[in-house]
Amino acid sequence: MEAFYEWFRWLYDDTGINLVIFYEQYERERFVDGFLNTLYLSVICVFFSVVIGVVGAWLQGSKLKITRNIVQGYIQFFRNTPPLVQLLFFYFALGTGLERWGLMPVYDAGGWNEPMIGNFGWAVVSLSFFAGAFNVEIFRAGIEAVPTTTKEAAESLGYTRLKSYIYIVFPLAFRVCLPALNNNLVNLVKTTTLAYVIAVPEMMYTVNQIWSDNVNVPEMMTVLFFVYVALVGVLVIAMGRWERHMKIPGYGQ
Amino acid sequence: MIKHLFTAAITAIVALGLVSTAYAGNERFMKVMKRGKVVVGVKADYKPWGFRDTSGKIVGMEADMAQDVADTLGVKLELVAVQSSNRMQFLQQGKIDLMIATMSDRTDRRKVVGIVEPNYYTSGTNVLAKKSAGLAKWTQLKGKPVCGKQGAFYNKQVSKKYGAKIVAFVGNAEAKQALKDGRCVAWVYDDSSIMADLASGDYNDYEMPLMTEDDNPWGLAVPREELDNIWGRFMSGMIYHWHTSGRLIELEKKWGIQATAYVTMMKAKLEIDRKHLK
Repeated sequence: MEAFYEWFRWLYDDTGINLVIFYEQYERERFVDGFLNTLYLSVICVFFSVVIGVVGAWLQGSKLKITRNIVQGYIQFFRNTPPLVQLLFFYFALGTGLERWGLMPVYDAGGWNEPMIGNFGWAVVSLSFFAGAFNVEIFRAGIEAVPTTTKEAAESLGYTRLKSYIYIVFPLAFRVCLPALNNNLVNLVKTTTLAYVIAVPEMMYTVNQIWSDNVNVPEMMTVLFFVYVALVGVLVIAMGRWERHMKIPGYGQ
Repeated sequence: MIKHLFTAAITAIVALGLVSTAYAGNERFMKVMKRGKVVVGVKADYKPWGFRDTSGKIVGMEADMAQDVADTLGVKLELVAVQSSNRMQFLQQGKIDLMIATMSDRTDRRKVVGIVEPNYYTSGTNVLAKKSAGLAKWTQLKGKPVCGKQGAFYNKQVSKKYGAKIVAFVGNAEAKQALKDGRCVAWVYDDSSIMADLASGDYNDYEMPLMTEDDNPWGLAVPREELDNIWGRFMSGMIYHWHTSGRLIELEKKWGIQATAYVTMMKAKLEIDRKHLK
């Protein structure tokens, strides 16, 4: 392993290509931390955004007008504002406001406040709801693609609205909307880079600091680029497999 | 014939060159004296070094230094507001005769303008923190969140050396807001800028409690070609006198700036021992 690291030091000395994250332990740890934070943030946000999508799509079909309006309001709010603005708004305006009005518990950690939701928390909230808004619409498209006759058949068999959603409508809808969901989740993983504006130490933030300290902007840009290609690639492959795995012969093919 | 012409041409070029260099070396200084006015570039947005008072006039520590220069020369003073991005160009283009604009003395800058020695001031890394946080030593920052600006070189040093958890934001405004919201125990930045914040009156519950680190000298500048001539030598003498007479310490007090170790050190170092005169 040490020889591998040393090879990059040699590369720098010989060619001027400075991949400091390989041969300097401090920078390597920083980079790995950044990568893990990006991974962690992505996984959590993907999970919550899908949950929000599923629940939201179900609520959208509610008989109560007020529920439908609330879901619609949520979608409009999150879909029509840039995620960057949302992050800043949540962290600096809403977060601070909630603390000031005493709506969010805060404890004094000796000179600074440790709020219940910190910058990482707000990034999760903001990004999950942002992607979730799109997911609701994606799932709605899937649900609407399920033939009314199928729903009526379920009803005639005695399924309640919830049961028919869980066992009949959703499984079919899910298969229809997987490609669109796939796109949105890929977008979500890429959008996690924006969390650097509220100082979440994800990969973009870390790499920015590394290239500022080592003046190796082109090298680190390239590293960042390829790490994202790999990260999103893994997600795409996994989703593709899932799609194939859930394939029903004769349905939507 | 051609040879003669060639020799004549060379002689003419050399002679012209000699005349122009002899003149060019003091051009700006002569111009200042002839028109009876010195134009000095200072900052207008960097309280308390150079800023506009309520009447719109540029005042501040560096404006006072510019006044000293004009008084010593016996000419009138005109202050021109400059920015970090255009200050060296203003001097090169002759829009200003002298620049005293919070500029760090760096090798690449010395190639463009004539930075006069000795340095008149220094600034370094320090933190802005609530008085109630009770900070006194850098080591107290260990394991605590410290706000910073993304890309600043001292972020790494402060986290490596003192174990502070740097929470770096894109801009200064966000970082200072985060400090005000209590998201971090301190804000790490350039001490001169922190002093400017403290002087603005918006940070009355705050202080700059630590010893400044990584001192970075400031240089005032004359046009590059006049550095080793009258103008440069004169300014060198001005700076020397500012240090030995205690004028800089006096000005720091006047503008409410915390005493800089460098200025005190320079006074002690440059002061002439006059004991033999008794």
